[in-house]
Amino acid sequence: MAEHREIRAGWPLFEVFVRSKRGLNHVHVGSLRAADAEMALRHARDLYTRRNEGVSIWVVKSSDIAASSPDEKDPFFAPSADKVYRHPTFYDIPEHVPHM
Amino acid sequence: MSTTTPEPSLEQHFEDVIARDQRIEPRDWMPDGYRKTLIRQVAQHAHSEIIGMQPEANWITRAPSLRRKAILLAKVQDEAGHGLYLYSAAETLGADRTELTENLIESRQKYSSIFNYPTLGFADVGVIGWLVDGAAICNQVPLCRSSFGPYARGMVRICKEESFHQRQGYELLMTMMGGTEDQRRMVQDATNRWWWPSLMMFGPPDHNSPNTAQSMAWKIKRHTNDELRQRFVDMTVPQAEALGVTLPDPELRWNDERGHYDFGEIDWAEFTQVIAGNGPCNTQRLAQRRRAHEDGAWVRDAAAAYAAKHAAKHAGKHAGDR
Ligand SMILES: [Fe+2]
Ligand SMILES: [Fe+2]
Repeated sequence: MAEHREIRAGWPLFEVFVRSKRGLNHVHVGSLRAADAEMALRHARDLYTRRNEGVSIWVVKSSDIAASSPDEKDPFFAPSADKVYRHPTFYDIPEHVPHM
Repeated sequence: MSTTTPEPSLEQHFEDVIARDQRIEPRDWMPDGYRKTLIRQVAQHAHSEIIGMQPEANWITRAPSLRRKAILLAKVQDEAGHGLYLYSAAETLGADRTELTENLIESRQKYSSIFNYPTLGFADVGVIGWLVDGAAICNQVPLCRSSFGPYARGMVRICKEESFHQRQGYELLMTMMGGTEDQRRMVQDATNRWWWPSLMMFGPPDHNSPNTAQSMAWKIKRHTNDELRQRFVDMTVPQAEALGVTLPDPELRWNDERGHYDFGEIDWAEFTQVIAGNGPCNTQRLAQRRRAHEDGAWVRDAAAAYAAKHAAKHAGKHAGDR
């Protein structure tokens, strides 16, 4: 049993990010367990890109990710909610102006 | 999870997110019951995908052609993938993956009753794709809008792959129906054996499904068991007609008034027996899963040891850089 505990500790969780095609960002697709980063990459290929879903994969140990709370009440995101002028819909453009 | 009473604002926020039809994400506050219900449902779903590899894998080495073998391999590999997507989703709720596997092989958590029936012939492979994956699609498509983000996203990924599963099965059956009298008999026989268990996949009838109301209020589930079962029957009857097989239910007929097919009473006693562990293959399925887990222990050990050794070596080499 003690041995099992050790194995558990030895297979960290990795988060997987896939670039679905050139020109797009890597996007988080899920996680997997692997002994190391190299194995995580191989498993990620088999698990998340069986149908050409990706041209590039990143794996990152979940424990290495620093995250803010996605909860929208989190003040961390308040500045972006504040700045509505960052969004194109903030600006009124007359109908007759094309390609805007 | 602490069980102290939450700030009312957190609970209110959770309710608001659900009411607005937005997704709950892993780091959000959520009621204990929501988390527990989801862990149970997602784990059960994951276990079903994993155990679900066995009935079809039974035929991989005996597939009648290289084409069928390649298709079946790809399909079974997909089911393994489905299990892993779902374990990944369960982990975002705080479940431990190794513990989940142990829960399955120690029978502390369940899996779908359907996988406790045997695959007696190659036509069973086709009927599983058509009916079992067909029923799974009915169940899973609405779950793409489940309120828990990682579960819903896993479902989107899974649903994209299920369509291949159902179509390869139906095509296999069409091929057999165009063959000899014996082959047609095999298809009918497999249909007879899998029809009722497929209807049971949707779970107990609504009046006997105590958790449904809460799950629907939390938008974990979007439709009741009976609604989904009816939808499946309505979709499948014309497919059976096109295939030229008879569904084994004398009471199956179109009801103009309801705008649905009526169908006969499901043998719920059988369902209860299979869920309780007394189906034709329960023991075999769990024994095989346990064997695979235990036989793989040395591989997990070796990989962990190799990774630890490399990490140590790497750390030694770069110690001077920092
Ligand atoms: Fe599946
Ligand atoms: Fe499937």
